[in-house]
Amino acid sequence: MSVERFPIEAGHVMAFARAIGDDNPVYRDPASPAAVAAGGLLASPTFTQASAQWDPEYGLRPRPGEKWYGSAAGPGTMPAGSGGLHAEQHFTYHRPLRVGDVLSATRHAGETWTKSGRSGQLEFTEFITEFRDSAGALVVTARSVAVQRRPRAGEDG
Amino acid sequence: MALNASDLKVGDRHSQVVVADLSRTQIVQYAGASGDYNPLHTDERFAREAAGYPGVFAHGMLTMGMTGRMLTDWVGDGRLLSFGVRFTSQVWPGDTLTTTATVREITERDGEPVAELDVVTVNQDGVTVVSGTAVARLDV
Repeated sequence: MSVERFPIEAGHVMAFARAIGDDNPVYRDPASPAAVAAGGLLASPTFTQASAQWDPEYGLRPRPGEKWYGSAAGPGTMPAGSGGLHAEQHFTYHRPLRVGDVLSATRHAGETWTKSGRSGQLEFTEFITEFRDSAGALVVTARSVAVQRRPRAGEDG
Repeated sequence: MALNASDLKVGDRHSQVVVADLSRTQIVQYAGASGDYNPLHTDERFAREAAGYPGVFAHGMLTMGMTGRMLTDWVGDGRLLSFGVRFTSQVWPGDTLTTTATVREITERDGEPVAELDVVTVNQDGVTVVSGTAVARLDV
């Protein structure tokens, strides 16, 4: 994933805060004491996850003219190679993220490791995403770990 | 609101219910805001019939977002230096989640006081759904 331009927009920040049940005015009302004290509207701590909206390659949204894999007339079909789960997510904040920032994101693979579990091998894959502002300064570093289960031979998981 | 270093000590803790009786609509709301439209989270028929789950379940990142809300409510706005979690159990519609943060250490970074926190969110049965750590700047 690479996102060339991820503008931190007021309506998007407000909708994201609503979705996590956070009615803190620092995410929506620039005249509120909280926003004034913060020097303007902020984005909530996990907001960079919404950079998916600006990722042209992002796979988990329907696209015009392409068949979507969720239910429609039929129940849909689980895509091959799916079944990975989000195991960990870590954020390092180099400064608060503000409405009005325009970020870019670059992602690279980190480490991979395996663990043996009762039901087979667990394969962990790490990705690091760096979010930088328009001056090139780091704002947020995100580290995600995905896990995929590989059943033992002769088992179907 | 922000925490003051002189008012805080190791072992202090704060708890908050971050969602009661989680609705499918809130999960849909998170899908729309985040852009993650994985139908495992929003499409009951797909989750049951195509994927073999009992039904839809929340995005891990929704649970992390709700967990983060408790942190910012407690430590103040724009004060987190880091926040990380492991996802340990799925969150289902109807779940009620409570987040607790505990002060593990009060220390300094770049000459400023910070609190290192352990963070855990549990469901109504006491099962941990996410656990992790955060570091927050404190006022002197």
